Amino acid sequence: MVKKLKKVDVVIVGSGWVGGIAAAELTKAGHKVVILERGKNKKQEDFIGTKDELRYSKRYDLMQELNKDTITSRNSMDKVAMPVRNNMNARLGNHTGGAGVHWNGLAFRWLPYDFEIYSKTVERYGKDKIPKESTMQDWGITYDELEPYFDKYEKTAAISGEESPLGPPRSDKYPLPPMKETPAIRLFTEATKNLGYHPYRIPSANASQTYTNPDGETINGCVYCAFCEEYGCDFGAKADPIITVLATAQKTGNLEIRNDSFVNSVSHDGKKAIGLVYTDTNTGEVFEQPADIVVLAGFVFTNTRLLLTSKIGQPYNPKTGQGIIGKNFTGHFSNLSTYIGARGFFENKKFNNFMGTGGLGATIDDFSGDYEDHTNLDFLHGYEVHYSQLGTRPIAHNSVPEGTPGWGKEFKKQSLKYFNRNLFITAQSGFLPNKNTYMDLDPTYKDALGNPLLRVTVTYAKQDIARAKAGVARCAEIMKAMGADTMNVDVVKDDTAFDHKFYTDHFFGGAIMGADPATSAVNTYSQMWDMDNLFVVGGSSFPHTGNYNPTVTIGAFAYRAAEGMITYLKEGGNLAYKKLEKNA
Amino acid sequence: MADKQPPIKENGKSEHQQDLSRRNFLKNTGLVAGGLVGGSLFGGLITGGLDKKDKQNGETENAHPNKEYEAFQARQFFTREHDFKLLIASTEQILPEDELGPGAIKLGVPYYIDKQLAGRWGINGHDYRQGPFVANLDKSDQTAGPGGEQSILDRGSLFLLGLRKMDEESQKRFSTPFDEASEEQQIEIMTDFEANNVKMQGVKASEFFILLKQATLEGAYSDPLYGGNVNMEGWKMKEFPGAQASYATYIEQDEFVKLDPISLRDYQGH
Repeated sequence: MVKKLKKVDVVIVGSGWVGGIAAAELTKAGHKVVILERGKNKKQEDFIGTKDELRYSKRYDLMQELNKDTITSRNSMDKVAMPVRNNMNARLGNHTGGAGVHWNGLAFRWLPYDFEIYSKTVERYGKDKIPKESTMQDWGITYDELEPYFDKYEKTAAISGEESPLGPPRSDKYPLPPMKETPAIRLFTEATKNLGYHPYRIPSANASQTYTNPDGETINGCVYCAFCEEYGCDFGAKADPIITVLATAQKTGNLEIRNDSFVNSVSHDGKKAIGLVYTDTNTGEVFEQPADIVVLAGFVFTNTRLLLTSKIGQPYNPKTGQGIIGKNFTGHFSNLSTYIGARGFFENKKFNNFMGTGGLGATIDDFSGDYEDHTNLDFLHGYEVHYSQLGTRPIAHNSVPEGTPGWGKEFKKQSLKYFNRNLFITAQSGFLPNKNTYMDLDPTYKDALGNPLLRVTVTYAKQDIARAKAGVARCAEIMKAMGADTMNVDVVKDDTAFDHKFYTDHFFGGAIMGADPATSAVNTYSQMWDMDNLFVVGGSSFPHTGNYNPTVTIGAFAYRAAEGMITYLKEGGNLAYKKLEKNA
Repeated sequence: MADKQPPIKENGKSEHQQDLSRRNFLKNTGLVAGGLVGGSLFGGLITGGLDKKDKQNGETENAHPNKEYEAFQARQFFTREHDFKLLIASTEQILPEDELGPGAIKLGVPYYIDKQLAGRWGINGHDYRQGPFVANLDKSDQTAGPGGEQSILDRGSLFLLGLRKMDEESQKRFSTPFDEASEEQQIEIMTDFEANNVKMQGVKASEFFILLKQATLEGAYSDPLYGGNVNMEGWKMKEFPGAQASYATYIEQDEFVKLDPISLRDYQGH
């Protein structure tokens, strides 16, 4: 029995950055908003005194438990997908604030090249440069159009940084100066400068000073305690949805967050969304929450699965290339990106590796996006090389030079010796969509409520391997210049296949945006082409993966979507066409 | 790997003759090597008081460094003492005591693992546990299952199966229980587990080994509240200062900063 509740203006799936931003903007405009959050109620108070590596980094206390709901994974279409059973392979956000609570805080803007990737590639290299398997496309928006939303997000989230010497134009500087500089950052900066590159400090959501954002929320100055990634901030010094946008929305009195509410489907009549059908996981009761606007602000997997199970839009079929829902799944895959690079061991230098903060570090843009000329390279898009001092913790960090046994006396000796005598730099690379990398519903495995799990199929293309190899080689070059005595350099093999790790939490696609309803699920306001009052917002709308961490770009699109929702509540209609009319 | 191990000195032989298994344990774990540690260490921690009758030489009279810790330890998960002895022997081989500091035993790793297996982690409480389960993965999918992710077995069962398999191998190869085998013999068996040269049912030997190693490191370096990292000795060895509130005053400086570690007990301050 589904119990129908009283209609509200807006009902949102998920209380992370996207749901939080939408809620803040809508409630400030006077609309009544209900957020359905599958996870537990969390407050900043929950994160005080929780510097506990085992609990948060090894038992994944803030991540989505996989016992009720997970994804299945395969690395080729001819295989049977297996469920991702353990959080070791999938750190998906959960609870109030979502992944926005336990992010590191690296706060980049994606590049003008990203949003017009197809046109710019054709313009610079010609059509033939685009590999056959690629399904890359323009996003239907330009960097310049998105810039005000980037600026808005950065001001909400206390982003601390300095302008990249190669970066795109900005309407304003970062709201806060960069964080403090450490010896290892100085080493990276000098080495990359000497190599002729253009280092700058990674912009961070860990605040370099105490800051009050335009909504009146305060983010404290960071104290570099080194528990950011996988942790909620002990001090309210990392911008997260709880201390910013959700707090703003709650102050209006117009927001209700219902925790322990697992959304099963979007109810609709084929033309309009009616509301969300969800299970109260404390009682097992099923409710329908009707609303004028329905917003899917879950993670990529949640948004895509809800569209597929609710039968909204046409599912993507990799054999015919027809359909759109589930198409263009991309991400920062652990054995191609983010976690691979060069680790240098230093005989005569000791670093305070255990100090740091998530977004503390330096990077170069010289090989990001299309900054490098790809004419003679066998890949498109690029990689961002960075040194990040997020703080090494003792269970996870037992790095030893290659050739050292993995356990026993020698391992112990070397792992203790090098704990504070090694540095790691990594190349985070873009990933271009291909026709064989997508999401659909799994034919076998089900969640705890009997719904089919989402199945993810990831097949690497040659250019993805080539890009990763180039990134790792660059890391080695820089690490050598930093003066490491010995190095472990990750090896990317020609036959590297997807390893079923959804560890970076940087995944995209499934309900991609665009200017044309024939090739996209949503417009650039994240509004469904097929259903005006349904907004599907977040990483799910990104047609490919850029090489930077995604949160700021997700935040920018969330602000744009929120603006679209407010307009829609006033005027109705498809916002993309509206804009065209206005321009005409 | 075995050839990298220094030879074991056979001291204290006569003192231990009345308890052969115990003597061998000490020998095998290398803890008597160089007379670093006296037999008193093991009085309660390892034999669980079973050999209380075994009064030692003068060393037993010394105050035990982990006396307070031991006073609260008993097995929650392992029902057979022999299984626990296998755990003790194998974790100490992964992280042995040496001149740099305590090994797995002294850090409380075996009891840490016992507690973990008795709880949510041991029964894979947060994991997706619905079938069908796939035991034999395709080669390119094998990295999907470190620690036997795709196995139908939970971690508690994996530990029992893996430890007993080590014991079986030791009996087969050396006609001696694993925990009484020599250091070289133990290392040989564990090296074969790591390389997946031992056939197991339901899980790969190498996957069990990864799980064993991971759990050992967790026990050595997690906050003492979990029963390992006794007296924060693991952190001290590693120069990791634990749950410090702030590094704001140190973060920019070039010098290495040595701080006394802080546990969550201290940090939470109640």
